[in-house]
Amino acid sequence: MKITGAEAIVKCLEEQGVEVIFGFPGGVIIDLFDELETSSITNVLVRHEQAAVHAADAYGRVKGEVGVALVTSGPGATNTVTGIASAYCDSIPMVVFTGQVPTGLIGNDAFQEVDIVGITRPCTKHNYLVKDINELMPTIREAFHVARTGRPGPVLIDLPKDVVIGKLNYTKPKPIKMQTYRPTYEPHPGQIAKACKAILKAKKPVIYAGGGVIASNSNKELTELAKKLNIPVTMTLMGLGGFPGTDKLSLGMLGMHGTYFANMAVSQCDLLIAVGSRFDDRVTGKIDDFAPYAKIIHIDIDPTSISKNVTVDIPIVADCKYALTAINRWFDVQDDFDKKEQKKKVAPWFKEINKWVKKHPLGYLEEGDIIKPQYVVQKLHELTKGDAIISTEVGQNQMWAAQFYHFNKPRHFLTSGGLGVMGYGFPAAIGAQMAAPKKTVIDVAGDGSIQMNIQELATARQYNCPVKIAILNNGYLGMVRQWQELFYDKRYAGTDLEVSPDFVKLAEAYGAVGLRATKTSEVVPVIKEALKTKNVVVMDFVIAREEGVYPMVPAGKATTEMLLV
Amino acid sequence: MKHTISVLLQNKPGVLSRVTGLFSGRGFNIESLSVAETLDSGVSCLTLVTRGDDAIVEQITKQLHKLIDVIKVVDISDSDYVEREMALIRVKAESNTRAEVLRIIDIFRGKVVDVSPKSYAVEITGPKSKIKAVIDILKPIGIQEIVRTGTIAMARAKKS
Repeated sequence: MKITGAEAIVKCLEEQGVEVIFGFPGGVIIDLFDELETSSITNVLVRHEQAAVHAADAYGRVKGEVGVALVTSGPGATNTVTGIASAYCDSIPMVVFTGQVPTGLIGNDAFQEVDIVGITRPCTKHNYLVKDINELMPTIREAFHVARTGRPGPVLIDLPKDVVIGKLNYTKPKPIKMQTYRPTYEPHPGQIAKACKAILKAKKPVIYAGGGVIASNSNKELTELAKKLNIPVTMTLMGLGGFPGTDKLSLGMLGMHGTYFANMAVSQCDLLIAVGSRFDDRVTGKIDDFAPYAKIIHIDIDPTSISKNVTVDIPIVADCKYALTAINRWFDVQDDFDKKEQKKKVAPWFKEINKWVKKHPLGYLEEGDIIKPQYVVQKLHELTKGDAIISTEVGQNQMWAAQFYHFNKPRHFLTSGGLGVMGYGFPAAIGAQMAAPKKTVIDVAGDGSIQMNIQELATARQYNCPVKIAILNNGYLGMVRQWQELFYDKRYAGTDLEVSPDFVKLAEAYGAVGLRATKTSEVVPVIKEALKTKNVVVMDFVIAREEGVYPMVPAGKATTEMLLV
Repeated sequence: MKHTISVLLQNKPGVLSRVTGLFSGRGFNIESLSVAETLDSGVSCLTLVTRGDDAIVEQITKQLHKLIDVIKVVDISDSDYVEREMALIRVKAESNTRAEVLRIIDIFRGKVVDVSPKSYAVEITGPKSKIKAVIDILKPIGIQEIVRTGTIAMARAKKS
């Protein structure tokens, strides 16, 4: 049976279970949009291609599936680069389709031609230019396989116009067999035994969990291990929700804006169990002083993550779920392992940790009527019972959300962790709402970063995504301003947003609802009103202008050298 | 330390660029690089000479392996191996030095591949050290042009 390229693409998408894609059309890709129109797949028409990719990223995170974005050639393709790079840094499974000029014109500097495969080579897990129409279906199937397996990541497929409109024979899906790509899922039993013995011996263990826990859906296995052995857990920004944030074993986030007690615990521990985390500089601070007394176990599916920044004592290349299960089973069958004994052994360690918790708990100074951003996040947590999906932009808003919304569940915190993209949060909220229509979705934003993709108010309205935006409005690019305050003698170069729109009126212009709070007492009523409203709501919280994010480890310093509230 | 890494990759457009992009993007250095098809026309063999401490070379091999199109990565300097380079050298050969040049080339078991009234082009193969020795000795006579391949290398077979 002969079908068109566009039909073949849609068939492949349906075969992969794709229900929603995020797209923006253009000349060379019209045929595919035309085909989608009559399919079961919903196309969410964004207002900028960057937003399509962030939305697909968040959709994939919330659903635990591969997000899909579809754009045209040239500028459509280049506009996706930031979103793709962000998904790559955060290991988010995604397939991005870009239109391309017809194969005969490639290399001729045709209208809206760009070598997007060349451009995205360093920021995709893999990418393809389909030149032969007979390769179209196998390529798409392989792309989805690559995106979702191993360490997940974005994959780009470039589709020349003649491939989209040409004819081909439909081929049935076959099991994917790749000669060169076989990720390791099962841990080496010898390494597991070594790790377990080290855990048994440790008197001051800490688990340091990252985004890998969420990607591999191993939050249950992680919780089992932590509880079985009474080990405190600290999480990276990407790992939040991988272990219940309100559990008494949780130390919260570690690193540059981590809690005092998490950073102190890591600095004093004798065993660090890194699970699906990658020793990012924002976590380690000065690398030589990171966990100086600890033996390090590192579980990661990506061998390149192991011993990249920090030399590891016991590496375990495996999927976190498989590795944690193997570790849990090892303790289950161990005759001489006694849970009570273990608890007794680590009791002094908890005493030490509790001293740090008492000394510098996570907090902020109240200032009467002036709204504190941390208070806003606390109230969002309370009034949503900690059950909302929270996306963030990047900067202070992101850190306050991470610190004060104590995530108990995985896939509820969406943030551009590795690349740090301002403008991520709002399109991500739309993607999340498309994935989970019944959930409350809130974008915690700054007044700077929300303006980077504010045009998506139209998308949210068009697709009835009642997302809530909480702008923590301080009139500054706050995080940079904070660095300037601390390290540049308060010279606020290029950070004062002297002119900003009236966000309430802006919301109304798009047919959304705008609410504003200028004093502390107005915060709760505004949030309550927003949560009741079945429309897009922009909450403009006018906050303390020069509030900082604390604790803070200055860049390049040891994580014990924290600036505190 | 110098490492010679042998990489088998799928012979597809853009694959070499993935390898070189990896090196430039991560700040690894490439001292020489040589690539050609193997017996299987779908597979290329790339020999790459790089420098770095053990941690860097470990990252290089792992990162190479992570590329989807890479089939196999071997740091062949871990074992006993043979390596060869080839150089084409055009050397000044006028009446007073023609015989001298031929003698030198003969000593190094090189070949004359092009002759003109005032020069010889010679072909030399061997390990890097030998190529260097030939260049050093021909320099005073007058090298006009030089073209060199990258290193290619092969692990020695087990003797027993």
